[in-house]
Amino acid sequence: MRTSFRPPASAGLRPKKQVPHNVKTSRRAAWIFAPSLLVSFVFVYVFIGVTVYISLSNWKIGTSPNLSLREPFGGTYGEIIQEQRFQADIRNVVIFTVIFLVLAILGGLVAALFIHHVAVGKGLFRTVFLLPYALSFIVTGVAWRWIFSPSTGVNQILRNLGIENPPGWTTDTTVLGALNDPTGTDFLKVQFGIPVALLPIIFAAGWQLVGFAMAMYLAGLASIPEEHLEAASVDGANTWQRLRHIVLPQLWPSTITCFVLLLHVALKIFDLVVAMSGSGPGFVTDVPGIYIYNYLSSRYDKASAMAIILLLLTLAVIVPYLIRGYRRERKA
Amino acid sequence: MAVETLQPTPTTNQQRRRPGTKNRKPKSWKLPKTPGGWVVLAICTIATLGMLVPVYVIVATALSGGHGAPNFFLAFPDAPSLEAFKGAWTKLHGSLANSLQITIPAAVISCLLGSINGYLLSKFPFKGSSALFTVLLVGMFIPFQAVIIPVFQFLNMLHLQGSILGLIVVHIIYGIPITTLIFRNYYEGIPSAIIEAAAIDGAGIWRTYTRVMLPLSVPGFVVAGIFQCTNIWNDFLFGFILASPASWPATVTLNNLIGTTTVNYSELMAGAVLVAAPTVLLYLVLGRFFVSGLTAGAVK
Repeated sequence: MRTSFRPPASAGLRPKKQVPHNVKTSRRAAWIFAPSLLVSFVFVYVFIGVTVYISLSNWKIGTSPNLSLREPFGGTYGEIIQEQRFQADIRNVVIFTVIFLVLAILGGLVAALFIHHVAVGKGLFRTVFLLPYALSFIVTGVAWRWIFSPSTGVNQILRNLGIENPPGWTTDTTVLGALNDPTGTDFLKVQFGIPVALLPIIFAAGWQLVGFAMAMYLAGLASIPEEHLEAASVDGANTWQRLRHIVLPQLWPSTITCFVLLLHVALKIFDLVVAMSGSGPGFVTDVPGIYIYNYLSSRYDKASAMAIILLLLTLAVIVPYLIRGYRRERKA
Repeated sequence: MAVETLQPTPTTNQQRRRPGTKNRKPKSWKLPKTPGGWVVLAICTIATLGMLVPVYVIVATALSGGHGAPNFFLAFPDAPSLEAFKGAWTKLHGSLANSLQITIPAAVISCLLGSINGYLLSKFPFKGSSALFTVLLVGMFIPFQAVIIPVFQFLNMLHLQGSILGLIVVHIIYGIPITTLIFRNYYEGIPSAIIEAAAIDGAGIWRTYTRVMLPLSVPGFVVAGIFQCTNIWNDFLFGFILASPASWPATVTLNNLIGTTTVNYSELMAGAVLVAAPTVLLYLVLGRFFVSGLTAGAVK
């Protein structure tokens, strides 16, 4: 096949891109890419559409499809938001996400700053911090379930320290700093606050993912030109000033990446909770992922509605992030 | 970022000698010179030991024998034994084989597809290709619960429900976005002049791919391969919902070891060691590529 290098007329090409090639080659590339795109499109977008439809339908049991639309329209959503379990799930996933993000991102940042400056053993420290990331959430979950098991776990240490009644951890129904006290007739049916039972799960998730944040920050730190720091030192900036005015601003992109990627992990959290506690007493450790799983056997409509709510929460974070990446690329 | 980390950073001798710049070779084993340096070293050591506590707990408990569990999670067994591993192996070996049969083909095929897509997107961009790529990337982040019912019904229609083949297909399809991203970033770092040269010699898209790009892609395949192997091996959701007992991956069987009433923690921890071993070994042996995959998974 002869390939001519004359600049392409107009159709279907972005001339600024590197390879001079003709329209024919470009079309061919598009055709080869098409099957992957089509399959992904069906399995992501079409299937999400199907889930949306199921959430609006009367389909309850998987084996007996009922595709009639539920009256009133969107009734399933109206039904689930009044449930105590749904409200507990939203509380749990919000609390889990916030504390976990602070823990993992701050922990990762501090770890990276120390490991970046340590004189010996940098590779070893880095390897150990990132090791949990190679594990399955189920492995992490069973290990931390054991660490926090009420009679044989950390409570023994707490008792030795003189704490008479240590918490029951994943089976504890205490809600710290509760903002409300539902009476049963209110719309809100759960106490909003920090459930003690979530703490072990947050620690476990933090342990598993702090290394990810550290790796992102180490990559960011490595890209800061040494000259900037030297220049600041010459100008008399102390360690804290250099950190505050040079290092941290340059680490901002790493922070955004960590924030978005860890946030979407937190919203989708499922395996870890299954392995550590399941739903817990009074759904104290229930999360949307488990809700959806439980209703797959009895209520397709409710499972789908919750899945769509979870999807919307995730997309609210991911779409702006992807659009930002897309815009930057067009500029580049 | 990904590509940069894959290639050795060129360092001039001048740079290397300048004090303050990190020099990777020759390895420096200099002890800290200032009190501050010692404090940093001490904090790093303590934090690292802290990170290792759960690892110690898993191993120590796994070695505590086949009868239940010790009374305290930090206790090291007086008489370490591999008894718990026997029990765990009996229950897990079938699932470990399933995991292997799912992971290897799914990782290989999704990497191949990702490599082709990445090659096209980076070297033959067409109108709207970067927008379509962004549309494709969304698939990487969606909670799979939002598609699980249609996936389940789809596999049912093909009579693949509950089979290993069904899980392979699902992992391949949902692996396309991430592998495409990793390879696209990787190929951006390969000079387009090579493609032009191949085109002048009369090679078409496919020929350029198989003769020119593939031989240059080994590091890309290692990174994407590790990333996919780890992801698929560690998957729980798809296995939990789409597999049947005969095709359960190891993560699902490990979770089932927890049981409903009492938990045999020594056997559970031995099982955890067996399930974790392949990915941990991969990480320890090929750590550098593992980190590249991490940063490659991040959209810039």
